[in-house]
Amino acid sequence: MSNPDYIITDELQQAVDAALTLERPLLVKGEPGTGKTQLAIEIAQRLDAPLFQWHVKSTTRAHQGLYEYDAVSRLRDSQLGDDRVNNISNYILHGVLWDAFTCDQRAVVLIDEIDKADIEFPNDLLQELDRMSFNVYETRETITAKQRPLVIITSNNEKELPDAFLRRCFFHYIEFPDKPTMAKIIAAHYPTVKQDLLKSAMDVFFDLRDVPGLKKKPSTSELLDWLKLLIADDLPAEALGADELRTILPQMHGALLKNEQDVHLFERLIFLHKQRQR
Amino acid sequence: MLLDFFTHLRKAGLPVSTTEHLQLLEGLSHDVGVLDLNKFYLFARLCLIKDESLYDRFDQVFQDYWAGREAAFDLSLDAIPDDWLKLADKDALTEEQKALVESMGGWDKLMETLAKRLEEQKEEHHGGSKWIGTRGTSPFGHGGFNPEGVRIGGKGGQGRAVKVWEQRRYKDLDGTRELGTRDFKVALRSLRRLTRDGRPDKLDLNGTIRATAQNAGLLDIKMRAERRNAVNVLLLFDVGGSMDYHTALCEQLFSAARTEFKHLEYYYFHNFTYEKVWRNNNRRHNDTISVQELIRTYGSKYRLIFVGDATMSPYEVVAEGGSVEHWNQEAGAIWMQRLQQHFGHCVWLNPEKSDYWETTPSIRIIRELMQNRMFTLSVNGIQDAIETLKTPIQPKLLTDNS
Repeated sequence: MSNPDYIITDELQQAVDAALTLERPLLVKGEPGTGKTQLAIEIAQRLDAPLFQWHVKSTTRAHQGLYEYDAVSRLRDSQLGDDRVNNISNYILHGVLWDAFTCDQRAVVLIDEIDKADIEFPNDLLQELDRMSFNVYETRETITAKQRPLVIITSNNEKELPDAFLRRCFFHYIEFPDKPTMAKIIAAHYPTVKQDLLKSAMDVFFDLRDVPGLKKKPSTSELLDWLKLLIADDLPAEALGADELRTILPQMHGALLKNEQDVHLFERLIFLHKQRQR
Repeated sequence: MLLDFFTHLRKAGLPVSTTEHLQLLEGLSHDVGVLDLNKFYLFARLCLIKDESLYDRFDQVFQDYWAGREAAFDLSLDAIPDDWLKLADKDALTEEQKALVESMGGWDKLMETLAKRLEEQKEEHHGGSKWIGTRGTSPFGHGGFNPEGVRIGGKGGQGRAVKVWEQRRYKDLDGTRELGTRDFKVALRSLRRLTRDGRPDKLDLNGTIRATAQNAGLLDIKMRAERRNAVNVLLLFDVGGSMDYHTALCEQLFSAARTEFKHLEYYYFHNFTYEKVWRNNNRRHNDTISVQELIRTYGSKYRLIFVGDATMSPYEVVAEGGSVEHWNQEAGAIWMQRLQQHFGHCVWLNPEKSDYWETTPSIRIIRELMQNRMFTLSVNGIQDAIETLKTPIQPKLLTDNS
């Protein structure tokens, strides 16, 4: 059932287990491309639970995750003389949390990139996440979770989250994978890759991440893209310039370096290496 | 024992709350994070620390507290009946068990002695020479949680491996470090003040719906102005001299502020504010603007931020003619007070490490002039500064008749 492409470290595993046991939301942060969003999808698959995704944007309001009252449709129906207009619950649109709460089995809820929303957004969800219930003002009913869902929240650190919100969550920071973990991840994605190519690619990649002053460090997903290109072109390991001397720009570097300043910086470094060689 | 650990964390300035501590206990009573110290470390971090920039400090405190007590921890789990771990509900102990604990001199006492003994033994064994002493890593003097220095990365010792928290992998994430543009932007963003003014040219959908409903279904369109960030910022940069060392940092702050605020004005000064500032550093001698004009031009709504290392001779601040570049009729301090009287919301950001502040007389003087509204040019510093900017300064009355 589970996707063998996704590697969960022990630390993360333990964090998820704790969140499951104690039924608390798990807030996940980490560099872009470390699989924060993927985590929720993966957990849902492994638990064989339904997954409800809520992708937050700058305009998202907290109540949209609970329900929305579609006044415009009701107005239209009233003017057209539709019978549905008499029952207000026809115009209550269920949000992600509503669906998750009323689900018969334990669900997984993903609140993706919570930091994108307004500063007040997390505060507006405090009660709902704490008690796992909310009131519907229009119909005067209370929706309570049949089974407390596992809530995974991801953040990219664009805004500070309020303390009151943080207190109610578990927090895990996904670290950038170290070399052995990275090797596992790659093996899961490309089991047939040539060992020498893999080794050189990893060396180049981790060296690149260590270059000081890079505007954007390449991430896991970029490494995977890059490898895909390399495998597709069936390049030899030597073409990557992973030898001791680092004298050439690696092939297809466009997959790793995403702005021209970084490429310039890297070219300058190579130039320096060449000079030192003489 | 855990409570002790908790107070340890609080003392180190980590913002852990009682709720979180109770969560930790609840978890332990559900057998989460109890198998070994490593698991406990991960679980405690999960529960208590909500910011990766505090991971490093947590690692240090954890190391400091549990060094030499690992065995105590393991023992507490092996030799003790499972019920004892459920300390969350203290009443759960049976009378027999209580008596047993008492006969050993009480739980805490027992563990304490054991831990102490273990630690002593270790010290002796190694002669204490393998430990590395450092004076803590936070250069910005966040109180420092141990003035004597922290033991870090002690290796070996009864053949145990280096633990996760000893590796201090999260050192780079410490919030007290200086950061790049992006992080500055995030910090500056909290200065936002969103308001709607100007021409109402956007459809207010919710307002229209509400008004229409009140109008019994007849369309009543409501318009409103777009939301804009209405905060005005005036930046005064110190350039030249000792500021050259901080150029890169100031550049980052400047570019972050430029993208973050629409209404951003900036001028330069050298060392301290006198009667003139300038916009273009190349033509600084011909193309200046007087501070009086600055005060007339920009309303008191502007948030004034000085950026400078405040490192100079004290005369440059307090004396007439103290400036190194020209003869100033009035002391810089007076000009500073005039600025403060007009721009009540002002702070000073100092790229110099706060360790040096007390020992540099001019920084002390300026800090006093700013009524302690001086902060380091780091993310934490900016956050504090922005918090301070919300309230205006109470300027001292000028003694002369200006």
